[in-house]
Amino acid sequence: MEAVGLSAFWRDFRENPVAVAALAVVALILALAVAAPLFTPQNPYDIANLDLMDARRPPGYVGSGGYAHWLGTDAQGRDLLSAILYGLRISLQMGLIAGGLALSAGATLGVTAAYLGGRAEALIMRVIDLQLSFPAILLALVLSALLGQGKTQLIIALTAAQYAYFARTAHGAATAERNKDYVEAALSTPLPALRVVFRHILPNCLPPLIVVATVQIANAISLEATLSFLGLGLPATEPSLGMLIANGFQYMLSGRYWISIYPGVALIVLIVAINLVGDQVRDQLNPRLQR
Amino acid sequence: MTAPVLAVDDLATHFFTRAGVAKAVDGVSFAIQRGEVLGLVGESGSGKSVTGFSLLGLIDPPGRIVRGSVKLGGEDMVGLSRERLRALRGKRIAMIFQDPMMTLNPVLSIAQQMTLAVHAHEKVSQAEARERAIRALIRVGIPAAARRIDDYPHQFSGGMRQRVAIAMALLHGPDVIVADEPTTALDVSIQAQILTEMRELARETGAALIWISHDLATVSSLADRIAVMYAGRIVEEGPTARVLRDPRHPYTRGLLGALPSRAVPGQALPQIPGATPSLLRLPPGCPFSPRCPNADDACRTEPPRATEGARAWRCHHPVMERAA
Amino acid sequence: MLGFVIQRLMQAAAVMLVMSALVFIGVYAIGNPIDVLISPDADQHTRAEVIARFGLDRPLWEQYATFLGRLLQGDMGRSFVFGMPVLSLILSRLPATLELTLLAVISATLIGVPLGMYAGYKPHSPVSKAIMALSVLGFSVPTFWVGILLIFGFAVQLGILPAGGRGQTVNVLGVGWSFLTLDGLKHLALPAFNLSLFKMSMMIRLSRAGTREIMLSDTVKFARAAGLSERVILGRHVLKLISIPIVTVFGLELGSTLAFAVVTETIFSWPGVGKLIIDSISTLDRPVMVAYLVLVAFLFIIINLSVDLVYATLDPRLRKGRG
Repeated sequence: MEAVGLSAFWRDFRENPVAVAALAVVALILALAVAAPLFTPQNPYDIANLDLMDARRPPGYVGSGGYAHWLGTDAQGRDLLSAILYGLRISLQMGLIAGGLALSAGATLGVTAAYLGGRAEALIMRVIDLQLSFPAILLALVLSALLGQGKTQLIIALTAAQYAYFARTAHGAATAERNKDYVEAALSTPLPALRVVFRHILPNCLPPLIVVATVQIANAISLEATLSFLGLGLPATEPSLGMLIANGFQYMLSGRYWISIYPGVALIVLIVAINLVGDQVRDQLNPRLQR
Repeated sequence: MTAPVLAVDDLATHFFTRAGVAKAVDGVSFAIQRGEVLGLVGESGSGKSVTGFSLLGLIDPPGRIVRGSVKLGGEDMVGLSRERLRALRGKRIAMIFQDPMMTLNPVLSIAQQMTLAVHAHEKVSQAEARERAIRALIRVGIPAAARRIDDYPHQFSGGMRQRVAIAMALLHGPDVIVADEPTTALDVSIQAQILTEMRELARETGAALIWISHDLATVSSLADRIAVMYAGRIVEEGPTARVLRDPRHPYTRGLLGALPSRAVPGQALPQIPGATPSLLRLPPGCPFSPRCPNADDACRTEPPRATEGARAWRCHHPVMERAA
Repeated sequence: MLGFVIQRLMQAAAVMLVMSALVFIGVYAIGNPIDVLISPDADQHTRAEVIARFGLDRPLWEQYATFLGRLLQGDMGRSFVFGMPVLSLILSRLPATLELTLLAVISATLIGVPLGMYAGYKPHSPVSKAIMALSVLGFSVPTFWVGILLIFGFAVQLGILPAGGRGQTVNVLGVGWSFLTLDGLKHLALPAFNLSLFKMSMMIRLSRAGTREIMLSDTVKFARAAGLSERVILGRHVLKLISIPIVTVFGLELGSTLAFAVVTETIFSWPGVGKLIIDSISTLDRPVMVAYLVLVAFLFIIINLSVDLVYATLDPRLRKGRG
């Protein structure tokens, strides 16, 4: 997309105040998460910082550190606000890395299938369709159960659960593009085929892939939280939002709602904001909806 | 002359879009007698279809009938309650559309669709509704109607599908049938058949038939009278033979000149220069003036309606010589 | 029609074969097969004996053949934790999951489709906008979080519904069902609603999009021209037209709801298959995992098959025509 296209895109985007607000929220969360170590009162992953005397305190409690825990503390005495911001870091990290890997893997596979054609294409797409008929969460669940806990394992599980969506989208767009006259013409010239793929086919697959990517990043974050909530995601030493929620869940029945509720609110705000941005991007990139 | 079964007076239907107000129909008036066939002719975008839909009150937002009246047997349909309108539609005024593949519901059998149409106006038993539907199918010439009624639309050929649609329109013996290009989607040979049959059916039942088409040739073989539409108005109207032989409006004349049947072999078909104007930005006065060979400054004002016996036109400079 | 069914059955069998191979490779090749077959606390002697007995020293394809042979006889091994055959263990938990899933998907459809049709029929009314906002939330908010909020609201704060368990059950056909008692229904309410929210959002979106498109179609114009009331048009014409994608999604979602049930069952301590699989993952009860996966794959294939068949009966265009 050239600069002109981008500025036109932004002009249309600005017309939807909800999407603009959502984008601002995403940017704010991103900034807070990146800068978290600079201003949070506590490093929640450093056990030396934690004091069990401060455990499960309600919001506003001033703990042994001498500062107020505005969102309360969890069962280990972590400051929830710090834990949430660090948790957002992990959630975003997982979502972006897994989403990016799934995008590259899926797009490569889809475009390759479209480029190869014939039986190879039929086989690849059949397998992908088969995988798509299974819910991503089940696949991620099984894979993380098999692979065990850890960031790398989780990223593999999330990527494997999501790449198929990108592959299907890329394949659809690439097939449509491949059949256009100019690509056939380019393929028949002595230009290296790979160059044709990268110069002509791939750029035209980008808009639908971007749309899928926004949805899938939100999904990856949600999946990661779900897996961590079920105890299958990240190790307890680096609590992500899902694990914070899971840890707080058992205290909820005794009325200590904040341990679960606040991390959950942060998670929902992030996911809903990404989805709202994604909805707008989809509407703008969908040629059928254009006026 | 008896009272017309349908009288349209100064009907205007406008569409309020983001880009502005499109005056799709703007001051259309005509009347039609029982058993009469009126051909409503115009290019696409001339407002002829919108006129047809307006007659049944079938205008969806952002469109709206902004003024005028549609009197069906003396009752003005404009401004009627939704329920009263619904009770008239299909019962006293019916409509047939261009493509029966698009209008018949592909996932309901003909029997289901037709009994729904029967029950829309009469509380009869399921068996009787079905019986009525079969009789209607027989009347439009569906072979083995009693068996085929349980088939689905895709199991019929294009011509047969349109006959089914016609049978549905005839179910309640309406006073007026509006047919919106009902043969355009069909093969030429079937077109002719349906055309003759429709004429017969209208004559038999005494229904008035309004035949909307872009095809002057088709209409002229069928209609008793012709109304030519341009940019939302009727620019010329009269008995078919007289309008064809002796068009008064330059636009009608241009249309006639572009007919292949009138072409001189070896010569290109004469065409009307320019294109249909955008309904959002109509020129002041006569909307045809930018394309008209006879136009002058007078055409910037609204042309008067001139009459001569049974015919009428709206033009500052009507063609008065006899065409060869 | 018969040829169609046979063709589909053969396809299903082929897919099943592929799936079992994938599960086999997944659990037996990636994981340690000895862990799958022998409880971690078995002694050295038993280990050697079992390795020989299950032919783990044989080549992979031979092992797969043996695995497949046992599978066809319905033998899926024994659970380490429960010490009973895995198949009967899963079957004993299945009614709870089925009851929860069916109730969730059916209520999602019965509530979601009318809401979606309304939103599609009057796309600009405030009620429609509220419905759509609800569906965006239902789509975005993770199931487990909605479950937590439901427990917090209805069980902790209001105290009107139980936070977990199946409640009182009634035995019919040898298995217990919750939906037949008032107490059971109370226990079902929150998990079923939790599980249905995502599906409901999907049904709302689907029927809204379908209704919107169909309301602008000539089919509806023609029906209106015939004098059909809006109620009949929506109830007969539009509903029948959107029912095809809805039935498809209904069927497919039945499968994925079973997967989501894992989350809901864990939160609400609902003793179904989903809770069983999570428990067996944490206790390394791998035979249960294998069996669960093969059964889920089987279920998916059956569901896909029946969706295809229902599709064919709903859409007359797919049937062999006479005309």
